[in-house]
Amino acid sequence: MTDIPLLSLAIWIPILGGVLVLATGSDANARMARVVALLTAIAGFAITIPLYACFDASTAAMQFSELRPWIEHFNINYHLGIDGISLWFLLLNSFITIIVVIAGWESIQNRVAQYMAAFLIMSGLMNGIFSALDGVLFYVFFEASLIPLYLIIGVWGGPNRVYAAFKFFLFTLAGSLLLLLALICLYNETGSFAILDWHQAGLPLGAQTLIFFAFLIAFGVKVPMWPIHTWLPDAHVEAPTGGSVVLAAIALKLGAYGFLRFALPIVPQACHEYTWLVLGLSLIAVIYIGFVALAQSDMKKLVAYSSVSHMGFVTLGFFLHNQLGIEGALIQMISHGFVSGAMFLCIGVLYDRMHSRQIADYGGVVNTMPKFAAFFMLFAMANSGLPATSGFVGEFTVILGAMQANFLVAFLAATTLILGAAYSLWMYKRVVFGEVANENVARLTDLNRREFFFLALLAACVLAMGLYPFPFTEVMHASVENLLQHVQQQTALTPPPL
Amino acid sequence: MDMKTLHLLVPLAPLAGAVAAGLFGKQIGRAGAHCVAIFGVLAAFILSVVIFQDVQAGNTFNYSVYTWMQAGGVNFEVGFLIDKLTVVMMLVVSFVSLMVHIYTIGYMSDDPGYQRFFSYISLFTFSMLMLVMSNNFLQLFFGWEAVGLVSYLLIGFWYKRPTAIYANLKAFLVNRVGDFGFLLGIALIVAYVGSLGYTEAFDAASTMAGMEVAGIGWPLLTTVCICLFIGAMGKSAQVPLHVWLPDSMEGPTPISALIHAATMVTAGIFMVARMSPLFELSETALSFVLVIGATTALFMGFLGIVQNDIKRVVAYSTLSQLGYMTVALGVSAYSAAIFHLMTHAFFKALLFLAAGSVIIGMHHDQDMRNMGGLRKYMPITWITSLVGSLALIGTPFFSGFYSKDSIIEAVHVSSIPGSGYALFCVLVGVFVTAFYSFRMYFLVFHGKERFGKPHHEHEDGHGDEHHGLASGQKPHESPWVVTLPLVLLAIPSVVIGYCTIAPMLFDGWFGNAIFVGDNHLQGLVEIKEAFLGAAGMGLHGFITAPFWLALAGVAAAWVLYMHKPGWSAAIQRKFAAIHTVLENKYYFDRFNEIVFAGGARALGSGLWRAGEQELIDGVGVSGSSRLVTMVGRLAGLFQTGYLYQYAFTMIVGVFVLLTFWVLKVIL
Repeated sequence: MTDIPLLSLAIWIPILGGVLVLATGSDANARMARVVALLTAIAGFAITIPLYACFDASTAAMQFSELRPWIEHFNINYHLGIDGISLWFLLLNSFITIIVVIAGWESIQNRVAQYMAAFLIMSGLMNGIFSALDGVLFYVFFEASLIPLYLIIGVWGGPNRVYAAFKFFLFTLAGSLLLLLALICLYNETGSFAILDWHQAGLPLGAQTLIFFAFLIAFGVKVPMWPIHTWLPDAHVEAPTGGSVVLAAIALKLGAYGFLRFALPIVPQACHEYTWLVLGLSLIAVIYIGFVALAQSDMKKLVAYSSVSHMGFVTLGFFLHNQLGIEGALIQMISHGFVSGAMFLCIGVLYDRMHSRQIADYGGVVNTMPKFAAFFMLFAMANSGLPATSGFVGEFTVILGAMQANFLVAFLAATTLILGAAYSLWMYKRVVFGEVANENVARLTDLNRREFFFLALLAACVLAMGLYPFPFTEVMHASVENLLQHVQQQTALTPPPL
Repeated sequence: MDMKTLHLLVPLAPLAGAVAAGLFGKQIGRAGAHCVAIFGVLAAFILSVVIFQDVQAGNTFNYSVYTWMQAGGVNFEVGFLIDKLTVVMMLVVSFVSLMVHIYTIGYMSDDPGYQRFFSYISLFTFSMLMLVMSNNFLQLFFGWEAVGLVSYLLIGFWYKRPTAIYANLKAFLVNRVGDFGFLLGIALIVAYVGSLGYTEAFDAASTMAGMEVAGIGWPLLTTVCICLFIGAMGKSAQVPLHVWLPDSMEGPTPISALIHAATMVTAGIFMVARMSPLFELSETALSFVLVIGATTALFMGFLGIVQNDIKRVVAYSTLSQLGYMTVALGVSAYSAAIFHLMTHAFFKALLFLAAGSVIIGMHHDQDMRNMGGLRKYMPITWITSLVGSLALIGTPFFSGFYSKDSIIEAVHVSSIPGSGYALFCVLVGVFVTAFYSFRMYFLVFHGKERFGKPHHEHEDGHGDEHHGLASGQKPHESPWVVTLPLVLLAIPSVVIGYCTIAPMLFDGWFGNAIFVGDNHLQGLVEIKEAFLGAAGMGLHGFITAPFWLALAGVAAAWVLYMHKPGWSAAIQRKFAAIHTVLENKYYFDRFNEIVFAGGARALGSGLWRAGEQELIDGVGVSGSSRLVTMVGRLAGLFQTGYLYQYAFTMIVGVFVLLTFWVLKVIL
């Protein structure tokens, strides 16, 4: 089993599949493009299952490693491998790709092949990001993944798509340039591009601080952290449903993943030094953004802000410097992938019928769409962290971790219990409950079989993870413990003088 | 079968019923749905009886069913703690739930959401059983939030009514405020004990009593207890988090009986009793509990007096009685609190279901001003209501008498700070309880028949649905599925106190399930020594102050609503200011609406406009893009493309440089 380059397959099957889909060309062959895309997505997911099945949870070492020289002159390698931190994101990413392909089955009628190909290629690139162990390789995947998402927003987006796409691109590009600087700086210091070598770099505090801020901005834009988050609501609002799903479910995780793979292990002392800053920004994201979400009149914007708020929990957990915090944050990331994805799909279901995202245009949807209302209720509850849904697990664990660190941090973080419920359920009330608000709502038809299928699939994930999260954390322990130990050892050392 | 299998089946049976009725309601039809749901709850009840006998025989269980998650060295588990406290709750929950299930067949017979309703109440039963059977804080929190969810779904069951969907959102959010405190309490325990298990937390109680919360310096155990109690204040509707309960009456009456009277709202009481090893070590927390409880007991009772909606009277009565239970917790009389919880579950469920029966008879008119003289038309409802009311006001030998008197006694002998205030509240509360109960009783069942008048307007926004009796139409007794539960609940409302007071309060039946510290034991021992047996206590009851206060309350109600109906209006005019305050429920709702709901919305849109749009996007994002444009423009100014301008600039430059050089050489 280990002889098969599983990670390479997980990266290249979707990308090659995407190219194949592109080859089907015009919309005359749309059906063919859809079928090939679905098959590729399923194959892409299938190839990640052995990653979980054969994963050795007892070690923190990188598994399924592949190492081939790439640009030997600069010691750059095609180096892949995953540990307990990255494992779930490959599965999540490949799974969401299937959902996205199914979700775009009917609602996309223009340039179907290009649309499907963009998602497949992006899926492969994302897998590359989560498994790259070489700085340059990571950077290439990281940058390349911008392009399909940029195109998805810019081509299949709403009326204001050009503004949104540019804003998205410029924000993330600005971050990426800082990342590139940091990577080159690390190469100069260590003479290597291997991420694992950088972990042992032991840089002086001055250099650590500079690199830390480069990382903070580069990954902070992606997460997104307050105050560099405003590209996200615009991008979400303009993106087609599938774009929003991938953006929320996967793309936001890249930044958070960067913190764990780069910031914490490479510049641990600087991270320690600036913990207060990250915790502060995270809490602002949780509380301030929670209030902002309350004020939204556009459903997609509301869920977008709710995403920012939930991702605040993730960065909060990472910088609590304890195991509950980091594992809770990782769980929160996976859960957020399901829940926010499902929320955007629900909004997409409504949008396909009414072509409006304004809360005020709805009311009493339950009367005409009872099945939809039931699913939407489940996901809204998961979004507000109800126990037995996946949304609870991460929030609960991070709050427990926060209490281990500091009462006040836990107190402020726990306000999400109230705010999350307030904005999720208030929106639900206005959209779903009540008398039929207008003729358009009266004409709505309930979920078709395809919609029912993908919402049911996500509902099963949300419930399964809420009822039995054991397998999710089980594979993380070794890696997270190792990371924490590493950070602790490094911060215990007095940093070398400047 | 293994006992542990039986334990597992207790919650799973109603869950199976809920899933079947909920997901396959269309396939199995109405009868199928209620059969499967009732079967599930019946199984839970029978198994609870079996488990009760097992526990009675001296077995207790405390074990984990499965490990839910592991993280950071903490085991998150799902597990059961089966002891005497648990079995009492299991019996109460499954019995009342069973009665409500049967009753629902009649009450909801015309409703299009029949199957959905059965699914919800079975799901509720599952959640509540998980809550009471838990052996750890994780599952407790799960049950806690799950019952809140079902409550939310059921209050908003008639989702077309604006008032219902307002009430359910309000209920959920107010409960979330409580849960916020509850979660912090749990997190503190995990942070300082390193475990979610009850046993580990109780073992560490005395260590925690000597510690402080790092960073803020508050005493740890007191903080933990008060945080946990804030959760109880939300769920058990204690002032100031009580505001959701009266509005929850928007839900169908069966769930008012089950969830908002007999079971869910008592979860907070149960939880504090369960946590007695923690609360006992914090005098401050107990005083806090006591004062909150006493305030709720008295001041919510007052509000019951001015209500005209039959369900709202019972709702305020529930608030007040929950206050009594909380008072009992505050004076360390945990067993008395659980005892009152049990008796109250029976007679309050009875009163609610009887109110529901009246509402059916009145064709969904709930205004008591349109009733009167119903005893002729609804004899079973009438008698059972009378029984429930007598139990509620504490008539000697009825169940409510034993539990309420025990609480008053316990407050009387307590010396904890705040007990004087509490004693005043609970004594005055007895009069108030008797007054509003019999005001309702007389208005509904006695006096002139005021129904069947030409149609009046409804203020409650029920839409176009037809409500109330048509002119000349008479009320009628409800079908047997409605009256049978009334009778079955009336029996324990009378006898359960007499039968169980001796073991539950005085013979130490609860054993280790409830812990009372030595410093609080003194008073309780005194009461125990003075106890003359159930019969003796009943007889003695006729010469104690609470009895005379209750009698005075009944008499006052009789005078004002039967004998001289004009007087009540006169009093109302005379004390208009007080009446206005009571009518507005002490302005809690308006305050919350303006300050919290309005404040949060205003803050949200303020931040959205000022912070997001103007500051970050306006100054930050557009600002930097403007800056780039401006720099570009400035640079562009020099790129004119005219050769003579470039040449001129060059000459100027050369001239300036030359001047510098020359000056430098000269100087």
